[in-house]
Amino acid sequence: MSDPGEPLLRVEDLRVEFPTEDGLVHAVDGITYQVRAGGTLGIVGESGSGKTVSSLTTMGLTRRQSALISGRILFEGRDLVPLSDGELRAIRGNDIAMIFQDPLSSLHPFYRVGDQLIEAVQAHNDISKARARERIVDLLGLVGIPDPGRRADDYPHEFSGGMRQRAMIAMALANDPKLLIADEPTTALDVTVQAQILGLMERLQRELGMAIVIITHDLGVVAELADDIAVMYAGRIVETTSAERLFAQPEHPYTWGLLKSIPSLTGPREEALVPIPGTPPSLIRRPSGCHFHPRCAYSQAEHTRVDPRLEQVPGEPNHHVACLLSSPERRSLWQELQQGRTPEQALSEVGLPEAQA
Amino acid sequence: MARYIIRRILWGIVLLVAVSALMFLLFRILPTGDPAKLRAGRTQNPKVIAEIRNDLGLNKPLLTQFWLYMKGIVLHFDLGFSYYSSASVKELIASRLPATVSLVLGGAVIWLTSGVAVGIISAVRRRSWLDRLSMGTALVLVSAPEYWLGLIALYLFAADIGRFHIFSGAGTYVGFTTDPAKWFSSLILPWLVLAASNAAIYARVMRGSLLDVLGEDYIRTARAKGLTERRVVFHHGVRSSINPILTILGLDIGVLLGSAILVETVFNIPGIGRLNYDAITHADFPIVQGTVLAAALFIVVANILVDIAYAYLDPRVRYS
Repeated sequence: MSDPGEPLLRVEDLRVEFPTEDGLVHAVDGITYQVRAGGTLGIVGESGSGKTVSSLTTMGLTRRQSALISGRILFEGRDLVPLSDGELRAIRGNDIAMIFQDPLSSLHPFYRVGDQLIEAVQAHNDISKARARERIVDLLGLVGIPDPGRRADDYPHEFSGGMRQRAMIAMALANDPKLLIADEPTTALDVTVQAQILGLMERLQRELGMAIVIITHDLGVVAELADDIAVMYAGRIVETTSAERLFAQPEHPYTWGLLKSIPSLTGPREEALVPIPGTPPSLIRRPSGCHFHPRCAYSQAEHTRVDPRLEQVPGEPNHHVACLLSSPERRSLWQELQQGRTPEQALSEVGLPEAQA
Repeated sequence: MARYIIRRILWGIVLLVAVSALMFLLFRILPTGDPAKLRAGRTQNPKVIAEIRNDLGLNKPLLTQFWLYMKGIVLHFDLGFSYYSSASVKELIASRLPATVSLVLGGAVIWLTSGVAVGIISAVRRRSWLDRLSMGTALVLVSAPEYWLGLIALYLFAADIGRFHIFSGAGTYVGFTTDPAKWFSSLILPWLVLAASNAAIYARVMRGSLLDVLGEDYIRTARAKGLTERRVVFHHGVRSSINPILTILGLDIGVLLGSAILVETVFNIPGIGRLNYDAITHADFPIVQGTVLAAALFIVVANILVDIAYAYLDPRVRYS
């Protein structure tokens, strides 16, 4: 990935913590990533990995919950973290827009869809309602809603799921954002509709030249859209590289787990899915050492004590992994897994001791 | 929308007919005594009793009696005749209605505005000292009995007997048409007392409802659009959270119009509640029956209005 000039968005060592009655929740624990103008970044992880919180923080939407935020969020070179709420509001829905998972609950049930879109336009532009309406009808047409002039006067519950998500996208595009953050945009939709929405996003990106950050737990979704992918676990990025490389040469056991959890249309039918055992850790009392070690099939003795940092894979300047195994060991393990061996078999083939968890 | 309203009104009528039938059952058929004697009041004059027996058609078959009774109500609003007060119940209620309406609607305006405002502020500034103070005060006011509040208010602020001579005391009510200024000043204390406990309830309900709504996804979307917090709270938040307030407002007004007994008694306001109370102490059946029917009418109408308001506010309701 060659980077011409400044990235559009650069998040640097972002930390977001929430004080709660049970303790301090380390939702985001020092992550760094960037998106270039017109590019697409996919952030992948389970629930509780911190993927949504980092994007909400970019928009300033975690401030209400007394979040403790440190680090830098550089948008077009300008750090958003110290900005006042008024200054951030000028950017929200304007230069940076966000769409969410459930389009039915994300639209106000009492107001017409068209009026909600007009509101988005008028929040940042001093134009008349009539002109705003023209614009949003165009937008609804752009996102593929038939008969947009009439549908704009409908209420959200009169739209189908796919159409609602299209309307949400139209609302996000209302002010020509430079960056669109899509948080699980297709999770609540049928599979066929998912494909349509992803296709729409791809087309819009080409036509409008905007950058996209797509947050999802579904690797299939990012395979389509993303140029680069960051895999998050327990509030940290554990692996990040280009999409092609992630699917070809992943180097983190968690990523292997995610890839192996996807059923394959082309593989043999009897091939068992290999799920990742266990559940995501508490973000208040995280496991010692490498936070993934309790669920890792390949963890060694020292992994319970040492916390790996995100480091570049030797020879690959755009591939970073946070894992204490050496790169050659990881490559061999992955090769074994690719050939259908179980994790235990792979370990013995590569000559590593059994997992210590 | 029109169909929704018509349906509601039709159901309301059915309900009123059912209530009237129930009243017939309760006041004509069930009492173990002679219905005529029960209505003759304490005096028990045999001539009056015979007259009553004739008027009510007690010699006729039950079904005919019921038919005459329903015909009277539906066509003439004939709610009976009070032999004790020598006046038709309809007239008595009509003459007392303005006082009750003045009291209840005036109080409603006060408790609605103050309750909703305090509720919104408490929700937006959750856990601040302001929130805790208002919710604490609300708890006290909700727990205090109305008549106690009324008496304390009179003791403290009544112009004639209070420690601080600020507001008109009890028994000073006059009709609006008689003397608007005196009408207004005589109602201030009763309004405040009536509003106090209700405002507290409304504040708590509004706070809870708004807090729930502010956690919804569409509020997050509204903020993500870059709207000002004020617009988010009012245009998006309050608009969705006002439903429970409407529900209890309908109930409260409907119920109070029929029976604001406590405040009317403490402040000596000649309203329907007072009428009912006096009738009960004098065993004046027809009035009690009449006020119950009137109360049912108020409640049904209030609920129909609330249902219509729901449909106006929430488009999803119209299509169900």
